[in-house]
Amino acid sequence: MTPTLSLRTRIGAVALAAAVLAALAVVYTVRATDRAQPGAAASGVTLANTPGLYARTAEGTVAAVHGDRRKDTGLTCRRFYAAGTSAVCLTTRPGIPPRSEAIVLDRDLRPRRTVTFGGTPNRARVSPSGRMVSWTVFVSGDSYAGNAFSTRSGILDTKTGYLIKNVETLQLTLGGRRYSASDVNYWGITFARDDNRFYATVSTRGKTYLVEGDLNAWTARTLRENVECPSLSPDGTRLAYKKRVRQGSSDPWRLHVLDLKTMQDTPLAETRSVDDQAAWLDGATLAYALPGRGRGTSDIWSVPADGTGTPVRVARDASSPSINAS
Amino acid sequence: MYLAAGRGGPAPAPAPSAPARQARTRVGSTVVALGAVSLVTDISSEMVTAVLPLYLVLGLGLNPLQFGFLDGLYNGVTAFVRLAGGHLADRRGRHKLVAGCGYALSAVCKLGLLAAGGSTAALTAALAADRIGKGVRTAPRDALITLSCAERDLGRAFGVHRAMDTTGALLGPLAAFALLWLTADAYDAVFVVSFCLALFAVLLLYAFVPGRTPGAPSNSRAPKLRSVFRLPADRAFRRILVTATLLGLVSVGDGFLYLVLQQRLDLDTAYFPLLPLGSAAVYLLLAVPVGRIADRTGRRVPYLLGHAALLGAYLALCSPATGWPLTIGVLLLLGAFYAATDGVLMALGGPVVPADRRAAGLALLQSGQAVGRLLASVLFGAAWTLWSMHTALALAAAALTLALLTACRLLPARPTEPR
Repeated sequence: MTPTLSLRTRIGAVALAAAVLAALAVVYTVRATDRAQPGAAASGVTLANTPGLYARTAEGTVAAVHGDRRKDTGLTCRRFYAAGTSAVCLTTRPGIPPRSEAIVLDRDLRPRRTVTFGGTPNRARVSPSGRMVSWTVFVSGDSYAGNAFSTRSGILDTKTGYLIKNVETLQLTLGGRRYSASDVNYWGITFARDDNRFYATVSTRGKTYLVEGDLNAWTARTLRENVECPSLSPDGTRLAYKKRVRQGSSDPWRLHVLDLKTMQDTPLAETRSVDDQAAWLDGATLAYALPGRGRGTSDIWSVPADGTGTPVRVARDASSPSINAS
Repeated sequence: MYLAAGRGGPAPAPAPSAPARQARTRVGSTVVALGAVSLVTDISSEMVTAVLPLYLVLGLGLNPLQFGFLDGLYNGVTAFVRLAGGHLADRRGRHKLVAGCGYALSAVCKLGLLAAGGSTAALTAALAADRIGKGVRTAPRDALITLSCAERDLGRAFGVHRAMDTTGALLGPLAAFALLWLTADAYDAVFVVSFCLALFAVLLLYAFVPGRTPGAPSNSRAPKLRSVFRLPADRAFRRILVTATLLGLVSVGDGFLYLVLQQRLDLDTAYFPLLPLGSAAVYLLLAVPVGRIADRTGRRVPYLLGHAALLGAYLALCSPATGWPLTIGVLLLLGAFYAATDGVLMALGGPVVPADRRAAGLALLQSGQAVGRLLASVLFGAAWTLWSMHTALALAAAALTLALLTACRLLPARPTEPR
């Protein structure tokens, strides 16, 4: 034990160790800094001139994707979605603490409005017309349980400029009864064609529910249990969503499609656990991200929306798919 | 949640010397060394805590909601591990060794998190092991503090330690965010730097904390586990244990209070991480002065007044006050609450536990308080869900008032003063 060494020796030894550890920390940090890649150069690709699939690439930029060919937009986003006349790009900005931004873009991908908030970007959606924009972020430090996480979802009406930073003030009806609780969390908003009706997931007391919301009335009611990250089909009749099929944290979800008229549920041919808000490529096909080969990477896959067929890989090293129809 | 997060963690060096110099007697070098260890360790662990959500979501593409359910479990495990760590340290008279193992385990976990990659099972294991490390080291470390200084200086000693500890907690998130900024989101760099700091803290402990404390009887007859559970048979200890648990049971976690604050003020999510830093800063500033007052007036006074500050925070949140005055008021009161209760409880309870069972006795106190607070948060959440935020707050305030009145009677005046 230490008493055999003089104080001086101990100080010397600790100082030496400190120097070695500091050197290790500095060298590692500097090398990590060098690793950061510069963003891709803009190629002039915009929603206005390039239809088709858009996705986030491994470099963190958004590109128009055709198989293995990518045309970079020069935008750096954590999550991207385009529909109708708008697109939304969720980014993080470094700082103390770091912040997130939702940048609303027009069809030329020029920023029209930027909303800043805390949290970590998770989901982004634009209504079919392009008028309503929504996002979900993860927030920590927002829960009584210490390190537990919660979600925050916001909605921006790009026509009126009206911004709802946190949709938790919605008048919620759960199982037919008015419900309010401190642990209510919303995520994964998806809009209908009328720019008023929307669907989302609400969670409370450890359960998740599908809610149908009315923006003007500012109400929401639960339709069904165990529905996360809904995504409304282009014709507005079906919802693709992830359903929890296993408890615990390994492979918990499976993609399903819910027929809103019959409330019939169809599991899709994708049997792997999908943690994404799926995007409709057309009226019959869904796209979503799954973990790729490397750590933190993901590939985009597609699968028929009626439970038939098999999953097909659409793009490697890409995530956050959305389709620019026209 | 200071306690749930194992606020017991260690902190670093420079702050304590100033108050020590003015004092009649100097704060022992062991206390300063342990403070330094806590400071460095807290920088390390708070760095990881601060970036973990970003790392899970953006670095690994995982869903952090998958990890949320673990917190309750951890708290239970931590209470058990704390007792085990305390008992083990007492049995062998090896407080330093057991505490060191706890620190070392947490240090290794920083690399474990990195090595776990995207595997949720491995990440969960690394996070759990980190908590276990925290649980193991807390009681032996606090026992070392009580054994290394005179009983009449205990309040100040804990004040110095907790001030250093909190300094680390304050610096950790700032360091982590700065590092992310610098490296353009290289999360692995944060983990590596955190590991280097944690390892450095272990070395500090090894080099500057004496292995066998003079006060610790290196007893030939190791205390049996049974004798630990007989500790509450002692009247003075029982009263403190019951008081700590009772007050814990009505102390809604600060996380919940921040949530109330956010709802009352419709606060921007970007400011959430700054709220705990605000109360930590107050805690840091008040820890030493409150500790000194505790030594002079008896520890019961600040301990009870601290809970009165918490009551003040409840009432402020119920009041019509808004905006910055409310935020600042609540953060001040919360900081004062922690400064007057966290280390002070150890200084209050330490002297009534026989030296050969000191760590286990302190672990019992910490666990009683922690379990109480956990229950308090669950009950508060239930009341909020069932009725409303205001009802829940009013109930909490009423319960705390009752508990405080009971505590005034339970805790005899000057129970632990030097004869």
